[in-house]
Amino acid sequence: MTTARFLKARDIAPWLEELSTAYTVLAPARHGDTVVFRDFNPANGIDMEHLSATPAKKALLPPCETLFEYKTTKTEEPPYKTAIELHPTLPEGKVLVFGARPCDARAMQIFDRVYDGNQARDPYYTARRNNATIVTLACDHQEETCFCDRVGGSPVDATGSDVLLTPLKAGYVAEALTDKGETLLNSTTFMKADGLKQEALNARHKMLEQVPDRSSFLDMERNLLSLFSDLGFWDKTAQACLSCGACTYLCPTCYCFNITDESHGDSGKRIRTWDNCMSSQFTLEGSGHNPRPTKAHRMRNRIGHKFSYYPQLHDKTLACVGCGRCISNCPVSFDIRNAVACAIQQADAAREHAHD
Amino acid sequence: MTQHTQELRKLIAQELPNLDVVLAWTHGHNSLTSTPLFITTQEDLEKLDSGPMHVQNLAAYLPSLKGRKVGIVTRGCDSRTIIELLQEKLIERKNITIFGISCSGAVNIRAVRRAVNGESVRSVQADGDSITVTTNHGTHTLRMQDVLMDKCYTCTNQTPIIHDHMVIAQTADHVPGDAPQTTLDALDSMEPGERFAFWEEHMDRCIRCYACRNACPLCVCKDSCVAQSRDPHWLDQSDTPREKLMFQAIHALHSAGRCTECGECERACPMGIPVLAMKQALNRRIKHLFDYQAGMDAQSTPPLFMFRQQEENIKERDAR
Ligand code: SF4
Ligand code: SF4
Ligand code: SF4
Ligand code: SF4
Ligand code: SF4
Repeated sequence: MTTARFLKARDIAPWLEELSTAYTVLAPARHGDTVVFRDFNPANGIDMEHLSATPAKKALLPPCETLFEYKTTKTEEPPYKTAIELHPTLPEGKVLVFGARPCDARAMQIFDRVYDGNQARDPYYTARRNNATIVTLACDHQEETCFCDRVGGSPVDATGSDVLLTPLKAGYVAEALTDKGETLLNSTTFMKADGLKQEALNARHKMLEQVPDRSSFLDMERNLLSLFSDLGFWDKTAQACLSCGACTYLCPTCYCFNITDESHGDSGKRIRTWDNCMSSQFTLEGSGHNPRPTKAHRMRNRIGHKFSYYPQLHDKTLACVGCGRCISNCPVSFDIRNAVACAIQQADAAREHAHD
Repeated sequence: MTQHTQELRKLIAQELPNLDVVLAWTHGHNSLTSTPLFITTQEDLEKLDSGPMHVQNLAAYLPSLKGRKVGIVTRGCDSRTIIELLQEKLIERKNITIFGISCSGAVNIRAVRRAVNGESVRSVQADGDSITVTTNHGTHTLRMQDVLMDKCYTCTNQTPIIHDHMVIAQTADHVPGDAPQTTLDALDSMEPGERFAFWEEHMDRCIRCYACRNACPLCVCKDSCVAQSRDPHWLDQSDTPREKLMFQAIHALHSAGRCTECGECERACPMGIPVLAMKQALNRRIKHLFDYQAGMDAQSTPPLFMFRQQEENIKERDAR
C-alpha cells in the first residue's frame, strides 16, 4: 500500500529548504527569462508552471564531470623519469530532483540501460543514480510541442519516479512509488492524505482525457531503418538545420559525451563533457576522415538513434520521451514529429512501390 | 495572406525556372514560430509566408549553397549580411537573386512570451502596429513597438541596400517609437565589476551548444572552430562561466567589423543569453576608429581585412 500525503503549495519551499541539509536539491526556477533546473535557492523561487528549457538530466549526467585529477612529477636526476599520480573523483552526496516532469523521469531510465546495464556499468553514473531521488510533477496540460503520448508515455506517467505529485486545488497529492519516496514523505511538512488518493486518480484521469487521439511513433524501427541509404530524403529533412546541437543538449534522453584532459602546468583533470551528434566533429576521426560529413548524415543519426537503433537494442523502448524541448528551442523550429512522420510515410511508400 | 506575400509569390514564380532554390519562410509549429522554406517547386511556393513573425536571417544559408543559383527573400538588415558575404567572397553576386521586401519590424518572440507572462501561446495575429496573442489563459493585445527585435529600434535600412526585385506594398513607416533599454545601454551604465558579475550570471546557464555560432551567417569556420579543436587544444572544455565567456569573446573578436548586428546569435541562443551586446560594443569601437559599418557597401574592404601604415584615427606615432 503506497503512502499518500498532501503538500500545500506554500509548503514546497520550506520543505525543499528542509531537504537541502541532506540533499543537493535541483528544482525548476527562472534564470533570466529562461526556466532551468538549478540548485534550489528560495531567493530564485520555483517555477512549477512551465516546462523548463533544460531537462533534469544533469542530476545523472552533468554537463561537465571530472573523472580524475592528475599530477605529473619528473625525477631531478637523469634519466628524468616522469611519474603520474591519479586521484579518482567519484561523485558523492545525495541529489533530489524536484519537479521533474513525467517525460524527464522516464528519460532517466533510457540512460540506465546504457550506463548501468548488463554490458557496461559506469561508476560515475551509477554513483549518481543510486544517490538520486526523483520527485515528479504530473502535468496538468500538454504544451503544443508535447507528444509524450505518441512515444509510449503520458502526461501523468509515474515511470522512473520515486514520488509522483498530482496537482489539486491549493496543493499537491504526493504518492510514494519506491522506498526512497516513502522515506521522503515521512517529513512533518505533509498532511496525511490517503483519502485524497481517489481524487488524485480522478485528476489524472481527467488529464488523460484531454490528450488528443493521434498516431503513435512506436514500432517504427524497421520502417525507419529501411530509409538509411536514402540520403536524398535526409538531405531534404536536414535542409534548414544549422548543426548547432541545441536540440541534443536540451534533450532529456541524449547521453553522448566527449573526454578531454585539461592540463594546467604539471597537473590537471580529465573531464567528461556533453557532446552531440549534430556537431561535425562528433565522428571526426584521427585520420581526418569523417564518416558523417554532412548535416544530413547527422540528422539521420539523431532521428535514427531515437526511433530505430535504440529501440532495436532495448526492447522497443524509444529514446525519445516526447518532451518537445528540441522543437520549442530550435532556432529554425525544426520539428522532429514532422520529420519522423515524413520518414514513416516515405518508408511506407517505398515498400508499396517495391510490391507494385 | 497579405497582398505583400501575394506579390512576393508572384515574383518568385516568374524567376523560379531560372533558379535552383529560393530561400524564404513559412510558418513553424505554431503561428508564433517560423521556419525556413527551401523552394524548388510551385507546390513549395504555396507554403511561403512573410511578415513580422518571420525573423530568421536566411542569408546564413548562402555560403553553403555557393556555386548554385539561389534566390533569397531579403529585408534591409539581411541585405547587409549579403553585402558582407560578397565583400568576403563567400558568395558570388551573379548566382544570387535578391527578392527585396520592405520591412516595418520583426517580432522578438522572447519579448512576446515575456509580455504574456509566459502563458502557453495558442495563436498569434499580426495586424499593422499591434499583435494579438491568444494563450491558454486568454487574449493579449500587444503594441508592435514593444515587442520588436533590438535591431529594429535602430534600423536605418528598412529597404534592402541591394536587390534584384522589390516588393513594394507596405507604406507603413518604421514603427519603433521609443526604444526600450537595450542590453548594451544597461552595460554602458555599469561599473566594470558589475559588468563582470552580469556576464558571470548569464554565462552560468550557457550550455555551450554553439547555437550562437552556428546561426551566425558570418561565422564561417564552424566545422573547424577553435572552440572545439582537439589539437591544438585551445579552449578548456570545463563548464565554468569563465570558459564560456572566453568563447563569446572569441566570437565577438572574430566578427568585429564584419558583424552586421543581424541578431541571429542572440535569437538562436536557447538559454536567452544577450550575446549580441558584446558584438555591438566592438562594432561601436570599429565605427569610432575606422568610421566603418559592416555590410553597407559591397565595394569596400572591411577595416580589419587590410593594413595601413598610418590609420587616421589611431595616433600611435603621436603618442610616442
Ligand atoms: S537545434 Fe535545430 S538547428 Fe540546431 S542542430 Fe538541432 S535541429 Fe539543427
Ligand atoms: S528528441 Fe526532442 S522531444 Fe524527444 S526527448 Fe529529446 S528533446 Fe524531447
Ligand atoms: S511531454 Fe508529456 S510529460 Fe512531458 S511535459 Fe509534456 S505533457 Fe508533461
Ligand atoms: S555575430 Fe550575431 S549579430 Fe553579428 S553577424 Fe553574427 S549572428 Fe549576426
Ligand atoms: S547559444 Fe547560448 S547557450 Fe549556446 S553556446 Fe551560445 S551563449 Fe551558450
